[in-house]
Amino acid sequence: MAGYIMDVKNVTVSFDGFKVLNDLNFSINHGELRFLIGPNGAGKSTLLDIMTGKTRPNKGKVTFDDRVNVTRVTEHQLVREGIGRKFQTPTVFASLSVYDNFEAAIGFKTSIHKLGTPLSGEQRDKIDEAMEITGLTDRRDVLAGTLSHGQKQWLEIGMLLVQEPKLILLDEPVAGMTRRERDRTGELLHRIMPGRSILVVEHDMVFVRQFASCVTVLHMGSVLCEGPVEQVQNDPQVIEVYIGRSKAKVA
Amino acid sequence: MLKRFVNLRSLSFVIAALLLIALPAALSDFQISLLGRFLSYAIVALGLDLLWGYTGMLSLGQGLFFGLGAYCFGMFLNLEAAAGKMPEFMGLYGVTELPFFWRPFYSPVFAIAAAIIVPMILATVIGFMLFRSRIQGVYFSIITQALTAIVALLLVAQQKLINGTNGITEMTSVFGNKLGEHNTTVGLYLATVIVLGFVYLGCRLLVKSRFGRLLVAIRDDENRVRFMGYNTVVVKTFVFAISAGIAGLAGVLLVPQVGIISPKQIDIVASIEIVIWVAVGGRGTLIGAIIGAVLVNTGKSVISSSNSDIWQLIMGLLFVGVVLLFPKGLVGSVKDGYERLKPLWNKSYVPHTTPEPAIEPEAS
Repeated sequence: MAGYIMDVKNVTVSFDGFKVLNDLNFSINHGELRFLIGPNGAGKSTLLDIMTGKTRPNKGKVTFDDRVNVTRVTEHQLVREGIGRKFQTPTVFASLSVYDNFEAAIGFKTSIHKLGTPLSGEQRDKIDEAMEITGLTDRRDVLAGTLSHGQKQWLEIGMLLVQEPKLILLDEPVAGMTRRERDRTGELLHRIMPGRSILVVEHDMVFVRQFASCVTVLHMGSVLCEGPVEQVQNDPQVIEVYIGRSKAKVA
Repeated sequence: MLKRFVNLRSLSFVIAALLLIALPAALSDFQISLLGRFLSYAIVALGLDLLWGYTGMLSLGQGLFFGLGAYCFGMFLNLEAAAGKMPEFMGLYGVTELPFFWRPFYSPVFAIAAAIIVPMILATVIGFMLFRSRIQGVYFSIITQALTAIVALLLVAQQKLINGTNGITEMTSVFGNKLGEHNTTVGLYLATVIVLGFVYLGCRLLVKSRFGRLLVAIRDDENRVRFMGYNTVVVKTFVFAISAGIAGLAGVLLVPQVGIISPKQIDIVASIEIVIWVAVGGRGTLIGAIIGAVLVNTGKSVISSSNSDIWQLIMGLLFVGVVLLFPKGLVGSVKDGYERLKPLWNKSYVPHTTPEPAIEPEAS
């Protein structure tokens, strides 16, 4: 059936016999902003690993954009197909300037013998635009290692943006952020939404409630429940396994 | 401001080049040939710096590529010395017909091309296999080191074909110029200076391009580069091959200046010495690699001419000392020191930090 940007079917991943993902079915629609939550060890990060080729499933099928068989394609090829990922800890290139980080990101489809040539004007414009959106314009020539935690996260999101992925996977984008930074990140998400699909893994329930429309809850390697935030929050099963333990915080 | 800096840099490059070219007038033949040797070492060091300083891959096998290049050109020189006959050592071991793989080495073009291409092919094959299996860091170092030892052993075992442990020693002239004569020595020295200049400029172009910044990105976080959509296997293999080719080219320049190439020059110690040159000079800076190679080798030749045993000790101490105290090497430390001292004489200098914002009292 057509219509999913990412379709994960009956996927099982086990490490030493322990099933991290257990016959999991999960899909994301075109143009959707989806949130993925779940207690520690539910398999959230592993699911992202599966979608980016970092981990190969023992069983099951993963299809991107109705045509790419994710389990058979190398990691860098998946990125070129249009799957961008921001890792949990900010990973920018500390010894390169902010601009050079963008430059490295935008050249990802350039073949090796053309890497000696400078960027085209169009590419430079795209970088300027991404710096504008992520609020890093005045940090252009600063070493990325000296940015604040929040700015590093934004730089990483900006680096994804210039690659124009069809699907963006964000692993805990607001972890360790101040409230103001968190709000900015949420706005940033909505700003970069048009024309692509985004999956956000997040622990921060305040952030989820504020910016999510559709939430998937993962538990013990399977989808426990899926739907609008209010519905998920009031689902007795969810309260039982996940939110129940910190009900006070959620309610 | 930036423009002036660039001009200053190219100006100092030109001055250094002119100085190196004019130097033979002031030195004895012996000193010229020593310096020529050191400068060919500097070329290998540049190749290792690309690999280690910029891309973060510590190869302990550069001596292998260096030696292979030297062997290729050494075979040509040996055939030139034999003047149409068999190389002398073969007669000693009862070889009556020139082995097939020696034949193309009558051609100097082939010999020089092989000296560059053979190490590149070897590096490409090994690099591709290692990098594809995600072998990194210390494991990469160990495997390149083991490989060096294997090839050295192989060469030792081939007594009949390439004179085993003794190596190739019959060399009397290069392109008809007698080795040891003043003009030949100066000519070889100048050839080394010119090649060094070109290799330096080539490396500089490379590291200043987008490609160079990608290398630094790989050094910082290879995984991230992979998940940014680059095939890091190809990029790393490419750099490895380039550095191997540079080492091979340096071997071509070295061999007529020393008149011998033997498995001893390929062994592990030789490869580690190359690492020490780069570490002392300052990895991640091209000029540091050159300075390190020349300085350490000058020290070696001065000290080991008086007491030969003590040099190994000194070099060990030097390496440990540099790693512990000056991890950025000479050039890196001088740069740091300059940055720190700058405000003292330049009053208008403003440090690159923004003042901390005043902490607002929390409203409670």
